[in-house]
Amino acid sequence: MRAEPSNRSADVAPPGVRRRQRLQWIGLLPILPALLIVLGLFIYPFAYGLILSVHPQGALAKAGMLANYAAFFGDPRERLSIWNTLRLAVPVTLIDLAIALPLAYQLRRPIPGQRFVTGLLVVPMTLGTVLIAEGMIEFFGPAGWFNKTLIALHLTAMPVQLVHNYTGVFISLLIADFPAVFLVLVGYASGIDPNLERAARVLGAGWWQRLSRITLPLLAPGIAAAAALSFVATFSVFPSAVLVGQPAGETRVIALAAWQAAYERYDYSQASAIAIVMAAIELVFVALVLVMRSRAYRGPTIGGRA
Amino acid sequence: MSQVAVRRIPRGRAGDRAVWWVYTLVAVFAALVAGIFLSVLFNSVASTWFGGWFPDGYTLKWYRFAVQEFSLGQVLWVTVEVGLAVTAVSLALGLPAAYVLARRTFRGKALVLVTLVLPMMVPPITYGIPLAAMLYQARLGGSLAGVIIVNIVPALPFVVLIMTPFFEQIDPNLERAARTLGAPIGTVFARVLLPLALPGVLAAGLLILVRTIALFELTFLVSGARSQTLVVALYYAAFAAGIRPSQSIDAMAVVYMLTSLALLLAALRFINPVNMVIRVKR
Repeated sequence: MRAEPSNRSADVAPPGVRRRQRLQWIGLLPILPALLIVLGLFIYPFAYGLILSVHPQGALAKAGMLANYAAFFGDPRERLSIWNTLRLAVPVTLIDLAIALPLAYQLRRPIPGQRFVTGLLVVPMTLGTVLIAEGMIEFFGPAGWFNKTLIALHLTAMPVQLVHNYTGVFISLLIADFPAVFLVLVGYASGIDPNLERAARVLGAGWWQRLSRITLPLLAPGIAAAAALSFVATFSVFPSAVLVGQPAGETRVIALAAWQAAYERYDYSQASAIAIVMAAIELVFVALVLVMRSRAYRGPTIGGRA
Repeated sequence: MSQVAVRRIPRGRAGDRAVWWVYTLVAVFAALVAGIFLSVLFNSVASTWFGGWFPDGYTLKWYRFAVQEFSLGQVLWVTVEVGLAVTAVSLALGLPAAYVLARRTFRGKALVLVTLVLPMMVPPITYGIPLAAMLYQARLGGSLAGVIIVNIVPALPFVVLIMTPFFEQIDPNLERAARTLGAPIGTVFARVLLPLALPGVLAAGLLILVRTIALFELTFLVSGARSQTLVVALYYAAFAAGIRPSQSIDAMAVVYMLTSLALLLAALRFINPVNMVIRVKR
């Protein structure tokens, strides 16, 4: 974190320069409090959790360092929570991407009301999953407006069971996660120079060629970022899995397994192990996305002459 | 060559249709979200609601019920205390850091920046459990101070992320001029920088307030009975649905919704929503 020397040409720095260098270093001090907070309350807890997880408590106390991990992967019910979570996170991420991608592609040039549209999408994101889940119990419930509409349109005779099961959590994640995916993609799409596509068109490329050879490769970093963000967020789903899911069965997600270890069995050591497993799976996914992304096009998103 | 020049590029019709398609999709999404929120709103003022499209009668008694039953007054007070404390601390620590990151280049800057922004990228529940374990060890678990401390973790990076570009766009010559004219650093900060950065500071502050009020996981993991924020109290009420009338839970949800929406609308006056998720470089 030392300052760059401002005067590289001088072999022996005169006292004035040295004093300025020291002052430059002091000038960096305002970062320190923020950095210490992040190190102490974010980096350190990870290390603390890692150490806690290899010091098993209770019955596992003498079973070796990896006993917590062995217990998690050895218990079919616990192991299943990974699958329960993946079963939600992967399809939700893919579907949200599939919907958001054409939408963001259209919005790469501003359209009337763009600010309103993006503002509208931010609202559900800000209100969060707890409120969405509580509202979904009413709206998608057997006597809710959604089922009433379906019955009125003669699409179904009996109300469809949409909450307190896998579908409920799936819908809640789809809604809660969509705005972030969309806004990330719009951010990237609006950075692409429309002239590149025009040039391809003038040179005779059809729409599929333009999409597959120009636009998608240029959007690849945006897609990667959105996919990573979305997966990481949905993989750690917690409140909606309980409120609109079936927390004892098909939507017993990994975050819930970690919470139960900590707050129902008071085994922070086991809970930390599950949290570490969760973080590791997220990291693997992000790494996978980055590897895929690195095989795609890298380079400027604007034409040769601005 | 002439063939290319003659061929007109069709933009009008196809482009328009695509734009309408965007509006339609957004409208469907908006209708779903509106349906969800309006269900809550209508139910909260329904005396009873059996079978029909709309409630059988309207009443405000569930709000009174919620105030008594969920000690809504105390929960609101805790929410305000936590929100304001987190905002104040995050701004106080984040603004100087953002300023230095905007103005200076130094070795290891990229590393510092990544470290500072990292907590925003990791879902709270992942680091929340070891962090909660740590706080319980330090006897801060369940206390108001503990709730404030955990909420600073994701809020501080947010200030850095939003305010660094804001400081970057302020002309450094203004500060140099003030310094040349003999103003001490404190005065430069208070009289030159802060007024110029005020829109950004306001937006960042409001957004942190909104996010802190909405952030469920961290508060859920460390709060005790008397240090719950609104969203955690709402979760517990919804979790124990069946014990109390659903209208009273929805009354609490409406209080939460209106508080957040008012703050969010205020914040959106100052900032482009796209920047809430990612910093767009142009």
